[in-house]
Amino acid sequence: MTAIYAYFLTLPFAAVIEPHLPVLQVVVPLLCAPICVLLRHAKLSWLWATIVTWLVFFIALVLLGKVLAGGLIIYEIGNWPPPWGIEYRIDAANALVLVIITAIGAITLPYAKASVEKEVSEPRIYLFYLMYMLCLTGLIGITTTADAFNLFVFLEISSLSSYVLISLGGSRRALTASYRYLVMGTLGATFYIIGVGMMYMMTGSLNMADLATLLPAVDHTRTVLAAFAFVVVGLGLKLAMFPLHTWLPNAYAFAPSAVTVFLASTATKVAIYALLRLVLTVFGGTDLFNVTHISLMLVILAVIGMFAGAFVAIFQKDVKRMLAYSSVSQVGYMVLGIGLATAAGVTGSIVHLFNHAVMKGAAFMAVGAMFYVVGSVRLDDLAGIGKRMPVTTAVFLVAGLSLIGTPVTVGFISKWQLVQAAIELGWWYVAAGVLLSSLLAIAYVWRVVEVAYLQAPPEGAALRTEAPVSMLVPMIVLAAAAVWFGIDGDTTLRLAGEAANALMGAAQGGKP
Amino acid sequence: MGSFLTMGATAPFVIFLAGAILATATRGHIRSVIMLAVPLVGAYNLYSMPDGFVMIGMLFDYRFDILRLDKLSLLFGYLFHLAAFLGIVFSLHLRDTTQHVSGLLYAGSALGAVFAGDLITLFVFWELLAVTSAFLILARRTERARRAAMRYLIIQVLSGVILLAGALIWIDAVGNTDFGQIGLHDPATAKGLGSWLIFIAFGIKCCFPMLHNWLTDAYPEATPTGTVFLSAFTTKVAVYALARSYAGTEILVYIGATMAMFPIFFAVIENDLRRVLAYSLINQVGFMVCGIGIGTALAVNGAVSHAFNDVVFKGLLFMSMGAVLYRTNKINGSELGGLYKSMPWTTGFCIVGAASISAFPLFSGFVSKSMVMVAALEHGYSWVWLALLFASAGVFHHAGIKIPFFAFFAHDSGIRCKEAPLNMLIAMGLSAAICIFNGSYPWVLYSMLPFPVEYAPYTWAHVLTQSQLLFFSALAFCWLKLSGIYPPELPSVNIDAEVVYRKLFPALIRGTGGVIAAVDGAVRMATLRMLDGCIREIRRHHGPEGFMAKTLHLSSMVFWVVAALAFVLVLNFAHF
Repeated sequence: MTAIYAYFLTLPFAAVIEPHLPVLQVVVPLLCAPICVLLRHAKLSWLWATIVTWLVFFIALVLLGKVLAGGLIIYEIGNWPPPWGIEYRIDAANALVLVIITAIGAITLPYAKASVEKEVSEPRIYLFYLMYMLCLTGLIGITTTADAFNLFVFLEISSLSSYVLISLGGSRRALTASYRYLVMGTLGATFYIIGVGMMYMMTGSLNMADLATLLPAVDHTRTVLAAFAFVVVGLGLKLAMFPLHTWLPNAYAFAPSAVTVFLASTATKVAIYALLRLVLTVFGGTDLFNVTHISLMLVILAVIGMFAGAFVAIFQKDVKRMLAYSSVSQVGYMVLGIGLATAAGVTGSIVHLFNHAVMKGAAFMAVGAMFYVVGSVRLDDLAGIGKRMPVTTAVFLVAGLSLIGTPVTVGFISKWQLVQAAIELGWWYVAAGVLLSSLLAIAYVWRVVEVAYLQAPPEGAALRTEAPVSMLVPMIVLAAAAVWFGIDGDTTLRLAGEAANALMGAAQGGKP
Repeated sequence: MGSFLTMGATAPFVIFLAGAILATATRGHIRSVIMLAVPLVGAYNLYSMPDGFVMIGMLFDYRFDILRLDKLSLLFGYLFHLAAFLGIVFSLHLRDTTQHVSGLLYAGSALGAVFAGDLITLFVFWELLAVTSAFLILARRTERARRAAMRYLIIQVLSGVILLAGALIWIDAVGNTDFGQIGLHDPATAKGLGSWLIFIAFGIKCCFPMLHNWLTDAYPEATPTGTVFLSAFTTKVAVYALARSYAGTEILVYIGATMAMFPIFFAVIENDLRRVLAYSLINQVGFMVCGIGIGTALAVNGAVSHAFNDVVFKGLLFMSMGAVLYRTNKINGSELGGLYKSMPWTTGFCIVGAASISAFPLFSGFVSKSMVMVAALEHGYSWVWLALLFASAGVFHHAGIKIPFFAFFAHDSGIRCKEAPLNMLIAMGLSAAICIFNGSYPWVLYSMLPFPVEYAPYTWAHVLTQSQLLFFSALAFCWLKLSGIYPPELPSVNIDAEVVYRKLFPALIRGTGGVIAAVDGAVRMATLRMLDGCIREIRRHHGPEGFMAKTLHLSSMVFWVVAALAFVLVLNFAHF
C-alpha cells in the first residue's frame, strides 16, 4: 500500500492532486456517471465505467497507503472549517472499507459486460452503468464523510441507484423486489435521519467528531436515547440485520447477476461500517451502547440470525436465493463482532467484512456464470454442472469452503478471530454458536456440490460450456484472493486491528 | 504466517514436499532424476545453514520453531537425507507413484520432526509420519497388508493423539512450547502427567516392550522397498525425541535392556525373515534407548552413533531381503536357501550387513554399540551390561548368521532366479561401503556427534572381547545346528503380545456385541426419531414455505421494523 502511495507521488501533478484525493474519490464517479447518458451506447458506457471505477480503486489504494504512512487525513470541503462545513476524514477504518468497495466495484465490471448483455435489454444497458457509478459514488460517500447529515445524502444516492439496478433484472418479480427494497430502504434512511435530527436538536452539530464531544453531556436525555434507537434500527435495516433482513433475499435473488455480486459485497458492508462509525465513534463518548444493553441485543440477534439464515439457506432450491440467505447468516457474524464491543470483536467484524466481500463476491460471480450458461440456477437445473463448467464450479467450491470457514480460506480467519473475541469475554455459548452455525454452512454448500459433481449432466446438454473468459478471470481472481488472504491472514488482521483502533480511538481523540 | 524461506535456506520438509509434487507430475527417467536430486539438494541446503540456525513461523499470535539446528538435529538430518537417498536408489525400478510419493513425504516428515523446535510442530510431523508411511504398507495391495496397515495407522495415530494431549498439558504447566529436556516428573501433578503422556507417545513409536507390536506386525507386510524406508525413519525419530527430551531418565536403561533382550527369542523361532529383521530392529533400538537412559556424554554419543549405523546396516539387510522377496516372491526361511548361486552380489552385501549388525571389528556396529556397553559398565549397571552382552550374542545369532544362512545357503531350495536389479545392487553396494567405512574409520562419524568423543574403539580389550563373543556364539550355532537342537525353520506363525488386540479384543467385542447392538439400536432409533422431529420442525419454519423463508407482505415487513424500533426504544428508556 505504502509502495502505491510512493508510486503515486512520482506521477505528474501528484503534488496538486494529492491534497484533494479524499474529495476526488467521490467527485470523480459522481461527475463521470452522467456522461453515460450522453454516450447512450452499451459498450462505450461499459468502457467508460470500467476506466472510472479502476481509477477510483487506484485512488482508494493511494489513500490507504497515505493513511498507513501518515495517519488521519482531514479534508474540509470548500475550506469551510467544521463543524459548519462538511468535513471528510479518512482513517485506517474507512480507508480499508474504501479499498474493499472500490476493489469489488472495479473487479465486477469486466465480469459485468457479458453478464449484463445477457440479462439486461440492450437499450437500457447504459442506464445500468450510470446507476452503477452513482451507487458506487453513494457508497464511497458514506464511507468517506465525517458529517452525519452528509452520510444520509450519500445513503440516499446509493439506495436510489440500487433500486434502479435491481429493477433492471429480467423477471417481473425484480420490480416487486425492488419496490419492497425501496419501501424498506426509505424507512431505514428515514429512521436514520430522524435520529440525526434529534441529535442536532440536542447538540446543534452534525459533524461526527463534534457530536462525539457534545453528546456525553446530554446522553441521559430521552431525545438522545431515542436518537440512538432510531439510528441503530435504521442502519440495522440497511445492513440486513436479522429480523430486519426481509428485503434482502428477493432483492439479491431477482437482481441481475452483476448487481447481486456488487451489492452483496459492498452495500451491506458499507452499512455495517456506518453502524460501527455511529456506535463506536459518534456515540463512543457515551456509554449508551453497553448501558442500554443494545450491545447484548445485537449479540443475541446476531446469533439467531446466524442460525436462521443458514437454516433457511439449507432448504432453498434456488442457489442465488440460497446465497442471499447465507448472507443474512454471514451478516450475523459481523453484527456479532460489533455487539461484543471489544477491540478483538470489532477487529473480527471488520476482517469478516473484507473476507465476506471476497468470498461472497466469488460465489455470486460463479452462480452468475452458471445462470449465463444454463439460464437458471435452480438446483434441479444444475445437475452435473461440475463437468460442464469445471472452472466456475471450482470457484464456487472455494467460495463455499470459505463460507464454511475451512482453514486456508478467508472464512477461517474471520471465524477464528470472532471465536477468540467471544472466548476473551468468556462467552463460550457464543463461540460455540459461531462454530455450530459454520457446520450448517457445510449443509448448504454440500447440496450444491452434490448436485454439481455427483449427478450426471442432463441428456443432450453441451459437454464443455464454460462462461466467457471475461467472466472467468474476475471470479478466479476473487477465489485466489479468498485463498491468499486465508493463508496470509496476518495482513488483513493487522489492517482490521488498526481500523478497530481508529474507530474506537476516535471517540477518545475527539476534535482534531 | 511466517516464511519457510529465509536467507536462501529452506526447511528440509519443503524440499521433500516439492519433490513429491514434482514426482506426481512426472514419469520415467525424469521422475528418477527428480527423486534422486531431492535428498542431494536437501543435504546441500542443510550444509549451507549456519550453525544454530532457527526458522520461525507465525500463525496468528503463535510462534512455531519450524527449524532448529544444533548438533543433535543436524546429525539426524544428514542421516535421514542419506537414508532417503539410499531408499530412493533402491526403489528406482518401481513404476508405482504411490510408493515414490509417500516415500518422499515420509522422509520429509521425519526431517520435519527432527528439526521441530517446539512440541506443536513436532506433533504435526509426528502425525504426518504416521499417515504418509501407512501408504508404503498399503502399496503392497493385498488384503493382509491392508489390514496390517489399518492396525498400524490406528496405533500410530493414537501415539500422536497421546503426544498432543501430553504436549498441551505440559505446555500449560510449564508455560512454553519448547521441545527440549522434559524428563519424568511426579504423575500426580499436571506437569508430571504431561511428561508421562509424552513419554508414552514417544515410547509407542520407539517400540517399548508391549508397545512394540505395530512394528513386527506391519513392517513385514510392507512392499520390499517400503520396508527399507520404514526401517529408517519412524523408530529413529522416536530415538531422537527421547534423546532430546528424556536423556538420563533412569527407567530407560531398563526399558532399553529389556528391548534388547526379549526380541531375540522371537527372532530365533520366527520364519518370515523380514519379521526376524523387524525383531532385531527392536533389539538394536534397545541399545540406543539404554544409552539415552544412561545419559552421559559417552552413552548418548553411543546411542546416537548407533542410530546412524543402524539405519544404514538395517536398511542394507532389509534391502537384501527385499531383493530376495522381489525376485522369488518368497520370504520364509523354510522356503528359501541356496540363493548364493543366483544372487551372489546380494549375498555378499547381506553378509556385510550381517557383520555390521553383529558388530564385527572393522564393521560399523562395532564402533557404536560398544560405546553404550562401556558406558553401562562405567556407571555400575553390571546387570544391564550383562543383558546387553547377551543381546549382542543373540543379534549375531539371529541376524548375523540366521538371515544370510537360511536365505542364501542352508539346504538348496532349488530356486533359480536373476540377480537383483542394478539400482538395488547400487543401493546395497553404497550401504555396504558406508558400513565398512564407518567401521574402519569411525572418526568422521565421531566428529558429528553431539558431544566430543574421547572413546577409542580399537583397543585390544574391545577387539578381543567382541571377537571371543562372536566366535563362541558362532560355535554355539554350529553345535546346535549339527546336533539338531536348533529350532528348525518351520512354516509357522508366532504369537506375540499383539494377540491381545488381534484376537482377544475382537472376541470380547463379539461377546458383548449382542448386548451392545440391542442397546445401540434402541438409542439410535430414538436419536433418529428426535433428529427427524427437529428437522421437521426446522423445515416447518425455515423451509421454502415456512414462515422464515416466505416472501412477507410489505406491511408485515414494516411491522417487524416498527417492532424492532419499539423494542430498542424500550431497552433504551428502561435504563433512565
